[in-house]
Amino acid sequence: MLLQANTTALFSVRDLQLIAPELILTLSACVVLVLEVILPRRERKWTAYFSLAGIALAAVSLFLLWQTNRDNLPLDAFYGMVRIDGFGLVFKTIFLLAAALTVAISLRYLDVEGEQRGEYYALILFATVGMMFLACGYDLISLYISLELMALTFYVLVGFTKRDRRSNEAGMKYFLLGAFSSGVLLYGMSLLFGIAGSTNLGDISQSVTSILSGAPLEGALAGGLPLRPMLLLAMIALAAGLFFKIAAVPFHMWAPDAYEGAPTSVTAFLSTGSKAASFALFARIFLEALGGMRADWAPLLGLVAAITIMVGNWAAVTQVNAKRLLAYSSISNAGYLLLGVIAANEYGYIGLVVYLFVYTLMNIGAFGVIISLRRRGLVGDNVDDLTGLGQKAPGMALMMTIFMLSLGGLPLTGGFIGKWFLFGGLLQRAADPADGKDWYLWLAIWAILNTVVSFFYYVRFIRVMYLGDGVADARPLSLSPALRAALVVAVVGVIVIGVYPQPFIKLAQTLVSSLSDAASGAFALR
Amino acid sequence: MKIPYLLSIITWLPLVGALIILFVFKKENARAIKRFATAWFGLVFLVSLALVGYDRAAGGMQFIEDLQWIPIIGARYQMGVDGVAVLLIVLTTLLGIIAALSSWEYIGKREQEYYVLLLLLQAAVVGVFASMDLFLFYLFFEVSLVPMYFLIGIWGGERRLYAAIKFFLYTLVGSVIMLLGVLKMYFLTQDATLTAAITPAVMDNIAGAGTQARVLLDNARAAAGAGGTFNIMFLQALGSALPMGTMQVLLFFAFAIGFAIKVPMWPFHTWLPDAHVEAPTAGSVILAGILLKLGTYGFFRFNLPMFPEAAKDLSYFHIFGATFGVRHVMVTLAIIGIIYGALAAMYFVVIKDGDVKKLVAYSSVSSMGIVMLGLFALNPNGLNGAVLHMINHGIYSAALFLLVGIIYERRHTRKVSEFGGLSHVMPGYATVFLAMTMTAIGLPLLCVFISEFLAMRGAFEAQPWWAAWAALGIILNAGYMLWLYQRMFFGHIDNPKNENLPDMNGREWAYMLPLVALSLWIGIYPTPFIEYIQRPVNAVVRQVRPDYPFQPGTPQTPTTARVER
Repeated sequence: MLLQANTTALFSVRDLQLIAPELILTLSACVVLVLEVILPRRERKWTAYFSLAGIALAAVSLFLLWQTNRDNLPLDAFYGMVRIDGFGLVFKTIFLLAAALTVAISLRYLDVEGEQRGEYYALILFATVGMMFLACGYDLISLYISLELMALTFYVLVGFTKRDRRSNEAGMKYFLLGAFSSGVLLYGMSLLFGIAGSTNLGDISQSVTSILSGAPLEGALAGGLPLRPMLLLAMIALAAGLFFKIAAVPFHMWAPDAYEGAPTSVTAFLSTGSKAASFALFARIFLEALGGMRADWAPLLGLVAAITIMVGNWAAVTQVNAKRLLAYSSISNAGYLLLGVIAANEYGYIGLVVYLFVYTLMNIGAFGVIISLRRRGLVGDNVDDLTGLGQKAPGMALMMTIFMLSLGGLPLTGGFIGKWFLFGGLLQRAADPADGKDWYLWLAIWAILNTVVSFFYYVRFIRVMYLGDGVADARPLSLSPALRAALVVAVVGVIVIGVYPQPFIKLAQTLVSSLSDAASGAFALR
Repeated sequence: MKIPYLLSIITWLPLVGALIILFVFKKENARAIKRFATAWFGLVFLVSLALVGYDRAAGGMQFIEDLQWIPIIGARYQMGVDGVAVLLIVLTTLLGIIAALSSWEYIGKREQEYYVLLLLLQAAVVGVFASMDLFLFYLFFEVSLVPMYFLIGIWGGERRLYAAIKFFLYTLVGSVIMLLGVLKMYFLTQDATLTAAITPAVMDNIAGAGTQARVLLDNARAAAGAGGTFNIMFLQALGSALPMGTMQVLLFFAFAIGFAIKVPMWPFHTWLPDAHVEAPTAGSVILAGILLKLGTYGFFRFNLPMFPEAAKDLSYFHIFGATFGVRHVMVTLAIIGIIYGALAAMYFVVIKDGDVKKLVAYSSVSSMGIVMLGLFALNPNGLNGAVLHMINHGIYSAALFLLVGIIYERRHTRKVSEFGGLSHVMPGYATVFLAMTMTAIGLPLLCVFISEFLAMRGAFEAQPWWAAWAALGIILNAGYMLWLYQRMFFGHIDNPKNENLPDMNGREWAYMLPLVALSLWIGIYPTPFIEYIQRPVNAVVRQVRPDYPFQPGTPQTPTTARVER
């Protein structure tokens, strides 16, 4: 590789074109930092609008990137460090959407908190850049660096309201545990590098297959120790690190504290963008690099998913604080999303991306409604603070109802379509003639029964909004136009995907087909 | 006259009405809202009467609509009804008017939301009966929970929050398990060997004589080869090819649990009394009259024809040396339901503070047991009786809940012990109540007699002991209803609060009389109703038991209109 680098230019213009959306976001973030200094205090809000414009520009360039290259994907850039494929593109779309919605709901929140600063938006943009590189990284090095870029910015964001002790505590906890988990992940990566002799995911995948097949090894690996136990250790270390990032049991403890303490807008971003990015990493490593050892990791992931779904749902039942409740709901949703990885067939992949997309919309929407309750002197974080919202602000209450029913997975909402594919994938895997096993079926039954528990606490929001006769706080909500727009976008998205999902599924199917080839057991969806 | 997209119009018209109420009327204008809502229900009823033009001689699915929806998962917007669904839809729209009319005085707060939800509920329920696509069916089936949750939760009684969430979660448990069954059935339609095993005779039987249905079924078969389909007729046809075994039994129970909770069959019935006691009168009317039928309709439409081998199975389970089958399980639960429901209802007449509404709720458990017994008799008499009993139960239990509501509006109590000698002050009320009591206990010339007789006869043909046990339940039924009537209406007025109760007013007569008239009509001349359900019922029997010896003269499904391919 070094030889190559010496003979040609370090990188070509084409490589830069392929990461144009990320470059645009990085530039916008830098400009936002400068604007923050230049603009007078009262005009600081322009940094937010500028960030939105940057995200929009990045989205346009992402679209153009797809339009021009749609027939010759995947494309490699920077000597295989970055791979542009459909899978990466669909995740990048999710990140941009999450970032845009987060900026829109942050405006009012930061006003109320008195923390309206440009750095905040710059950090959001930097985190988004990290996520986007996570989705297209094809090398352990680039993946780890982008993961750290995302994680570091989130440590700062979680502790952003520095006058709030809860926020400080949450930031500290998240940092300590996050750093630890990154270490575990890195350990797994180094083992993997040691086994495969390469950091490129494609090379690793080939080595893994040959190790598992028992063929004699060549080159540096020849005549060494038996590698299979090492491979298992690497897989477990990687899984542990990733379980932490997606907040799966037993590495979920940080999530409720971090979610509760963080500024609400950051919680929204953390629970959607960061989770989606971690799942992108999860899928990349487990489906592409370790795709050959599916038989080894599927039972582990299945067990973790089953426990995660149970713990998340049952723990959420008793929560009083809405943010904490949604934190547990987000834990359980990590379990549902894992089902897509476990199924590892086309239905599962479609479920993974469609559910993440819808999850971004509905979760940020729900946090947006919670933000709208907040004003000086009222935290508005408790479920009971929504009491009587149906009387006070019918539109707001209706949107919250739709978000909650969608989180539970009621038909006619996007959440149903996502769960439909996740469960469908699992059933298909159970009936797979090659490696179908009964436990996939039982996992599906277990997971779907737990959705009923989830309805118990989602419906609690609906109950306090409509079924009580009192009103918690009679003063009308003060909504900013951006918050309102974000909520409307979210609710329209959830409904449209729920009622007419055809174009979304079609697109998702085309885009995730790159994964289907990589992982074993590709199933033709006719 | 053929109205295009008739079923869609009937389904979505209530939604349009709901939107009008939401956006045109002011919240404070409750008077106008309730008048408009009632008129709108009337309009929907009138439109739904066009369904009466269902061709009874042809049978099968009619009024078919077929539009593209989500091709990638094989879901289409398909609607169609057979005679059973026609009757249930017309019953739904009729009860819609009655429910709205009965709410005028009862509902004293948040009227706008109330009528919007009532209309939404009707849209969802009609959608369930009209769907020809399993995916669409499931959508309506599950969405119908939401408006009912609000109806109980906002306008219900003391423990409404508990009852509402219990209703919601209980029925949800069933439907999520059904979702896995739905998914699995869809994947099975992609199986080419199964599809190839469907015989032409099965296809003829399911499609009936209508060309439209035949075309739809053939299209679905073609679609199954190209990625799967949710067409209900095709799924039924597929069921005949499904080999008996663990897979079929699991699928049977995946669907059966979903529907059994809705029915509700013993032991899944505990949500029902809570929901009924707390729901407002109109909520109870819709709940008993329509929502419970979603369950039995599901058994009729899915469990029997889709899993015929499991439905008639008598030897699948071997536990502790005993051999019994799926059908035994269902019949046993049905019989326990009949007797348990009747005993529980009797308990509420006897105890000191027995609640009339709870009594009626438990009598519903008993009645639905008779429906289930009739269905699993698996012969034309049993099925005819079961289906007719669904309609009849919709009539008389709705009427009883309305009657309870009338007295509750006057006295704000439903305790049996609070009343006595009501016939002296409310003679009109006493008369209607008597008519409905007699209907409930199955007096000849009233509707329940016909359906109970048919269901029992079917059960007797299948296995005399089943009918004997069910008869015990029916006797108990008569016992508590007469006892209730005696305690409430005869004797002297010993409670001074009852002395000046006004009799029924014009509005109350207006919604009670149609039900009384219907009860008499079906009781005296049931032939037109039987005609609607006979062919669909025979088709189901033939699907489950292809070798069933139909008597000569039984209307067979003519195959003359079969489309040549």
